[in-house]
Amino acid sequence: MTFFDVKNLTVKFGGLTAVDNVSFGINEGEVFTIIGPNGAGKTTLFNLISRLYTPSAGQIIFRGEDVTRLSAQQIAGRGIARTFQNIELFESASTLQNLLVGRHRHSTTRAWQDILRTRKVRDEEVAHRRAAEEVMDVLRLQRYRDTTIGALPYGVRKVIEVARALCVGPTLLLLDEPSSGLNVEETNAMAEWILEINRRLRITVLMVEHDMSLVSRVSNRVLALNYGKMMALGTAAEVQGHPDVIAAYLGA
Amino acid sequence: MAHHVRTDYGDSDPLFPSKAAMFWYAVLLAGLIAAPYMIESYYLSQLVFIMIYAIVGVALNILSGQAGQVSIGHAAFLAIGAYFTAVAQKHGVPLVLYLPLAGVFTGIAGYLVGLPALRLHGIYLAIATLAFAFIVEEIIARWESVTNGNEGLMLPPPSLFGLKLGTEGFYYLCLLVTVLVILAAINIIRSSTGRSFMAIRDSETAARSMGIDTARYKTTAFALSAGITGIAGALYAHKMSFISPEMFSLSVSIDFVMIIIIGGLVSLRGAVFGAIFMIMADPLLIILKDKVPLWSDALTHALYLPDSVTAAIQAGVLRVVNAPGLKSLIFGIIIIVFIIHEPMGLDGRWLRVKAYFKQFPLARQRAARPPRMFLKSERR
Repeated sequence: MTFFDVKNLTVKFGGLTAVDNVSFGINEGEVFTIIGPNGAGKTTLFNLISRLYTPSAGQIIFRGEDVTRLSAQQIAGRGIARTFQNIELFESASTLQNLLVGRHRHSTTRAWQDILRTRKVRDEEVAHRRAAEEVMDVLRLQRYRDTTIGALPYGVRKVIEVARALCVGPTLLLLDEPSSGLNVEETNAMAEWILEINRRLRITVLMVEHDMSLVSRVSNRVLALNYGKMMALGTAAEVQGHPDVIAAYLGA
Repeated sequence: MAHHVRTDYGDSDPLFPSKAAMFWYAVLLAGLIAAPYMIESYYLSQLVFIMIYAIVGVALNILSGQAGQVSIGHAAFLAIGAYFTAVAQKHGVPLVLYLPLAGVFTGIAGYLVGLPALRLHGIYLAIATLAFAFIVEEIIARWESVTNGNEGLMLPPPSLFGLKLGTEGFYYLCLLVTVLVILAAINIIRSSTGRSFMAIRDSETAARSMGIDTARYKTTAFALSAGITGIAGALYAHKMSFISPEMFSLSVSIDFVMIIIIGGLVSLRGAVFGAIFMIMADPLLIILKDKVPLWSDALTHALYLPDSVTAAIQAGVLRVVNAPGLKSLIFGIIIIVFIIHEPMGLDGRWLRVKAYFKQFPLARQRAARPPRMFLKSERR
């Protein structure tokens, strides 16, 4: 049984086939990266996997379960968490609040229990808080704990989004362009954290990324897309040397 | 300045931010308990109205401030709670039963209104809630066998465990309900449910990706908000002791929205501030209406203006203060001023004043401002 499988995935928007018959498998513990020029369908593929879009055809299998027809919130419940290319944090809330939202799938209390703030609610709050603090520990975010997201710089927000995804307690983490908008130091730090998340927390990572130095540094395998179709699949070096990939990037 | 050092995860979101806050809230509560023996009956009555409006303000804060869903039809929920109360009381249901049931019944109505809200956003949702308010008003006017139509319903004074509640008794009932509603709202906001509301307000896409069932939480927000408004409706019916459909018109819904805009959308304190403003603005305007002609009269005499000019000015002043719709105009201007200059409402103003005294004499104007917000698209 493979950990995560995408089989013949296709999505059409009107006459445009944004993702065209894409198939690949991810092994547990891997860092798997999708690259491709702008408009190649990388983010669309991400949105299909996290079920914000519905595929026209094909299947997504996660740990032996067909998750193609689940809703976005059920996907999170299965332990697949994601970040967004343009950052979708809750901007009026503090860092801690954002991370606690990430813990949502672990909370079992109902609204009436929350109103009465029963013993169970209080115990769960403490557990959520502890989990959020542990994630902040790993990503060195303690100093931003009570700061409103709206007041934080972009680079920090990017890390907070990763932290929020980690709070979901994922077994598969989807990172949509983790280094976009980051400077060189921030990108280096991000690479370290991706490796740390992968090796120390043993979370399988699927990411979309443009920065090839970051890609070759962290990825076990790379998939190149162009116009929604698969061009090449292999190690970073293999894919980078592939004639179709060179042609797509240089426009030859 | 005081900084709170937190020592365990349990007190990360305490009911009171500090011991001092707890003390001052206790003082406030003591003052409110003593109020019937200290202030005139007119002001006691205004206090009851403030509490009823504050309850509605809290309800709207949960729906609009926390969950980000617009409603300009909350008068309908107030009406449902009020008519439920009138009918239940007529059939001999005791107060301890019909007061919470008014909340439950209105909450169910709110849940049903919340269902179309799943597909509607912003202005479209506002229109849908508006339509709902008109429908409820119309149903109440036409369903004469139960509601007595446009002639309205009289309510006998409320009684608790066989004892008739007088003015003071009813005041204490309102105080108790207000405190309980605020406590419930605080608990909701600092819980997983409240965070889910916040997530839906700020980014629905992200909320779904975090595993939040947005449909469930939107309807929950509507049901909770409507339920709380229904309880306010029950108190309102008793306070007025007569209810008729035109008491729950569009302008009442607009008043409710004004409570949270003027008070401040984000905090519960704002809902209370807004309620105080909305209730006290009326008597204040009435006083001004009497005083302004006297002032202008005194002023023109002090300036030794010719009699013809004095008479002209006086006539003009009287025309302005007696002009129909002047109140709406003033309220409209106030709303515009608040949206432009104080989007965080009276509560934002309050926080700044507090920050000033906390940092005295080091306070600087800019320091109390909310931090600069970066636009989402500023850096890519």
